[in-house]
Amino acid sequence: MKLGKRTYKRGDLAGLLFVLPSLLGTGIFLLVPLLDVVRRSFSEAVSGKWTGFANYQAIFSNPAFLLAGKNTIRFTLVCIPILLVFSLFLAVFLHRMGKTGSMLKSAFLVPMAIPAASVVLLWRFLFQPQGLLNGLLHQLGIQGQDWMNSGYAFWILVFSYIWKNLGYDIVLWIAGLSGISENIYEAARVDGAGEWKCFISITLPNLLPSLFTISVLSLLNSFKVFREAYLVAGNYPHESIYLMQHLFNNWFLDLDLDKMAAAAVINGIAIFMLILLLKRVWESGDGAG
Amino acid sequence: MKKRFSIRKLLVIGFLTLPAFAACYPILFLLAGSLMGRDELKANLSPVLSGGTGFIRWSLLPAYPTLREWVRLLLDTPEAFVMFWNSVKMTLAILAGQLLVGVPAAWGFAKYRFPGKKIFFTVYIILMMMPFQVLMLSEYLVLDGMRLLDHPLSVILPAVFSTFPVFIMYRFFCGVPDAIIESAKIDGAGHLKVFLHVGLPIGSAGVISALVLGFLEYWNLIEQPLAFLKDKSLWPMSLFLPNIDLSRAGLAFAASVSMLIPAFFVFLGGQDYLEQGIMAGAVKE
Repeated sequence: MKLGKRTYKRGDLAGLLFVLPSLLGTGIFLLVPLLDVVRRSFSEAVSGKWTGFANYQAIFSNPAFLLAGKNTIRFTLVCIPILLVFSLFLAVFLHRMGKTGSMLKSAFLVPMAIPAASVVLLWRFLFQPQGLLNGLLHQLGIQGQDWMNSGYAFWILVFSYIWKNLGYDIVLWIAGLSGISENIYEAARVDGAGEWKCFISITLPNLLPSLFTISVLSLLNSFKVFREAYLVAGNYPHESIYLMQHLFNNWFLDLDLDKMAAAAVINGIAIFMLILLLKRVWESGDGAG
Repeated sequence: MKKRFSIRKLLVIGFLTLPAFAACYPILFLLAGSLMGRDELKANLSPVLSGGTGFIRWSLLPAYPTLREWVRLLLDTPEAFVMFWNSVKMTLAILAGQLLVGVPAAWGFAKYRFPGKKIFFTVYIILMMMPFQVLMLSEYLVLDGMRLLDHPLSVILPAVFSTFPVFIMYRFFCGVPDAIIESAKIDGAGHLKVFLHVGLPIGSAGVISALVLGFLEYWNLIEQPLAFLKDKSLWPMSLFLPNIDLSRAGLAFAASVSMLIPAFFVFLGGQDYLEQGIMAGAVKE
């Protein structure tokens, strides 16, 4: 059904009726105000006067913005590779274990169901200066730390992100693994290829399309670690875990709306570029899952 | 030969069970804590509570399990009760709204051609990927204009029009065979009838997947109520929990578990749908 010129039958327009309520709501609550924010990012909050790139200049010389930006980028660069490798490692084993494997997979998905607000209690017990972790270290004769008020806070946040997202990524990897035909492996084994050789030259190349999708989804999920960071340390955590969302909240409380507008646009553009990348991979690679 | 193989398999299972147990441990920790008596908690926490030296102690299971903290939570803490219901009402309202608006939209995108469809759908995908920090100011501006700030609707309405569930359900509706739709039409079914009697039953897995993912997301809502609700009596449970002082640790444990239970049952009942939903979000469009 390829038509050079698009023609719509009357019946096709019924589709528009199905979509209309959602389109209106999305337009009113998300899209139009987002465009308004873009406009505001080029003007002064109070007078509405056009100021060009002044707001952008202001945020890029703002130490808090630079810190939050640096932390957010550092966080992604550290935790996504760790998560991808670790979840792939587990997925390869779980995929081949049949029933036991799917039971263990459920166990890795459980953290998705544990509300951040609940698990924060465990954190407080573990990472207090007089908490369980320091108690354990003390018994081993190692000097403890004030974990949440030092650079270690960053690593605790990394750990928490991996804990929460491991199951999500394992499910996606297993979907990718099941897409690889068993025949290829059998042919390779007949040719005398070992397990490791099979993994390197069959499994990994075939997972490449999944890799891009999973990385981008993991990145989008990484913004949610703000929840843990906020619940444990409030609006002003240790500077190593001061994230974009903290900064937005604090600007919001100060009603720094023009800075917020410019920073929202910068963040939006950064994410938009990543989505374009993902879309290109979706369109070029076949069968990402 | 066969025996060696099974020993190796056992080793692998043992090796994988360790991280799996670690992943689930928080549940055990919270349950144990919520069943401890006040005295046992006080003894375990004494270094923090009375400012002494030494460290917090903890055991895997409570020495003298008791339901007293649960009773206290249910009877003596009206504020916890209010916030629990705030969470329930907010989550249910959002999910109901998403069903009402999102399911028809997903069907329309999946099975009809209409002007602008491609552009609209691309915009939906872009919006669904934007984190709250990007949308925060714009949502605030609309809500402020509508005088909805400090009202539960300020959290509910933007979430109802979230485009993520539309995308998930769209993916499932695309799998409904056109031949069945055609034959229903030949039998005289109108657009609405085809949607309700053919599309919905066949695509129901997608609707449930979107609901399970949505529940786990909105039950956890932090950023939105924090920004838009100043009146603390409107706050959901997730914002109340971290404010409980450790001197009331028993209450904190019971409240944490009360928050965990609904999410856990949704997970147990909907795990297959959860996995399908995760995959539907990833497979190429």
